[in-house]
Amino acid sequence: MTVKATVAALAVGGVLAMAGTAFAQDEKIKIGVSYPTPTHAWAAGMNWHAEKAEERIEALYPDVDMILVNSPDPASQASALEDLVSVNQIDALVILPFESDPLTDPVLNVKKSGALITVVDRGLSQPGIEDIYVAGNNPELGRISAQYMKTRIGEGDNIVILRGIPTLIDNERFDAFMEEIEGSGINVLDHKHANWNRDDGFEVMQDFLSRFDDIDAVWAQDDDIAIGVVAALEQAGRDGDGMFVVGGAGMKETIKGIMDGNELVPVDVLYPPAMIATAMDVTVAAFKSNGPVAGRYILGATLITPENAEDFYFPDSPF
Amino acid sequence: MAHSDLTKEQGRTLPKLDLKTMGPAIALILLCIIGYSLNPAFLGEGNITNLLTRSAFIGIIAVGATFVITAGGIDLSVGSMAAVLSGVMIMVMNSLIDVLGTGVATVMTGCICSLILGIGAGMVNGLLTTKAKIEAFIVTLGTMGIFRSLVTYFADGGTLSLDFSLRDTYRPVYYESFGGLPIPVWVFLGVSVAGWILLNRTAFGRYCTAIGSNEHVAQYSAIRVERIKTATYVIQGFCVSLATIIYVPRLGSASASTGVLWELEAIAAVIIGGTVLKGGYGRIGGTILGALILTTIGNILNFTDVISNYLNGTMQGLIIIVAVWLQRAGWRGRGKTAD
Repeated sequence: MTVKATVAALAVGGVLAMAGTAFAQDEKIKIGVSYPTPTHAWAAGMNWHAEKAEERIEALYPDVDMILVNSPDPASQASALEDLVSVNQIDALVILPFESDPLTDPVLNVKKSGALITVVDRGLSQPGIEDIYVAGNNPELGRISAQYMKTRIGEGDNIVILRGIPTLIDNERFDAFMEEIEGSGINVLDHKHANWNRDDGFEVMQDFLSRFDDIDAVWAQDDDIAIGVVAALEQAGRDGDGMFVVGGAGMKETIKGIMDGNELVPVDVLYPPAMIATAMDVTVAAFKSNGPVAGRYILGATLITPENAEDFYFPDSPF
Repeated sequence: MAHSDLTKEQGRTLPKLDLKTMGPAIALILLCIIGYSLNPAFLGEGNITNLLTRSAFIGIIAVGATFVITAGGIDLSVGSMAAVLSGVMIMVMNSLIDVLGTGVATVMTGCICSLILGIGAGMVNGLLTTKAKIEAFIVTLGTMGIFRSLVTYFADGGTLSLDFSLRDTYRPVYYESFGGLPIPVWVFLGVSVAGWILLNRTAFGRYCTAIGSNEHVAQYSAIRVERIKTATYVIQGFCVSLATIIYVPRLGSASASTGVLWELEAIAAVIIGGTVLKGGYGRIGGTILGALILTTIGNILNFTDVISNYLNGTMQGLIIIVAVWLQRAGWRGRGKTAD
């Protein structure tokens, strides 16, 4: 084919393609998906799962168009929502809000445009805006962790707790854990904030080890903290004698370890970054299913053990 | 170090100088007494080595910051720089496994890579400040954002992890001891001694002080101001890269949350140590004590449940202010005659 012919073919093809999309746009169900730009590993996993879900859903339903937008801060997320309404004219919005307060009004405006609203993970400050709510279960995460502890240790045994960043999420997890552990005779020696981060996990655990001679188990609440905790335990040579660490979230390395029978981190408690995919599926179902879908979906904080670990293992995800 | 500093100037103003140079040391001793009274395990051998090793990162970076600040500059990019250097180092080492294997050669290449990039990053900060005449605060605020987002980009928002096959080779750099002291502490010591000699015993050190006191006078005195100032940022970059080399083997990972606020900790260590923020007077010995004080505060707070977790920041803030107040009390007295 000559160059000229190629150009001509491309031009014709282009026009046809444009006509095709223009035609399809009128027919398509457009769903905007808005979430924060990843600043930590969990959010990166969430982004990855959103992209995977987009591919899967669009392959399954050619008439569904998912528009994914991530924003680095609450203000840009609010602007992104305006664009989704004015430029893309979305029929539904799936949003994982950066912060509840600053995004409540912008989401309300999207709702006024007639779009279906699905809120993920963090609730809005005003009730009744969202049609669908999908979230992990923070108190359940604490409770399940404590229940597992009680199966392994008992009366007179000592544990230490490494908490996250001082926030409502952290309090919910911690309070539920303490409530469940109460009356079991397990002593909580102390709890300190390790800010959901490996370095702080390492340093706080080093100090716990210097301070307490007898620790039987550690609740690290989060997989990143748990990595720091494990490094500190290994450094001090206190990783044997049935010592174990319980994290949370569902990081792929941790789950791989569970599949391989790691005794130091034998289980994990799920707080899935894939919840965004669940939310996208439910939102699509609102257009496709013959059953009702509006309502609140609280995902279980599943205990991940060697038996079920494979179901939660995504080797290609960044988290 | 503080001792030789003292004898050097003993002839002149002994009584007033005492409190100024000894301020950070007194603060550190007080902290140790408090720590010991809260829990005797504080002075246990294990905890002391933990403390020293932990101080090494901030300490080494703060030695570099002492030069920058003494010469009247500031570098806000060090925390982000540490994160991006760690990230690049991990990526380089992981990709070299196929070529060079999992031995020392790969780790050495990673370290050399980190040093070259660290020095290069320092050079960029320095040249933008001196040649492009942009305020150091703005230049390094800019590079801080650039470095931080680069590491997020490289890690795809997640965490970069060193390949497990390399950890056996590299891990000892953080965890092994030599003559009773962990290797990071030796590096910290080496950097401190070299820094002290450079600042107090060479023409370069005197030029830094002169530029920090009055840049124009230094210029008229035929000091190559631009070259010296750029050199301080290069030293800073070199120090950050050294800190990175001993940081990476600890957990073998780098992410967007690596090194967050290290720049402020480094600057706080420098100022607690008695270096003047507006430049013209620098103390390496004080900087080292400053770094130790900062780490000790965090350590003590982990050793007690008397203070609410939510008040950790308050305690840290209070102690930093008191430590600086302790040494400023002496500074003010001397300042009247010296300025």
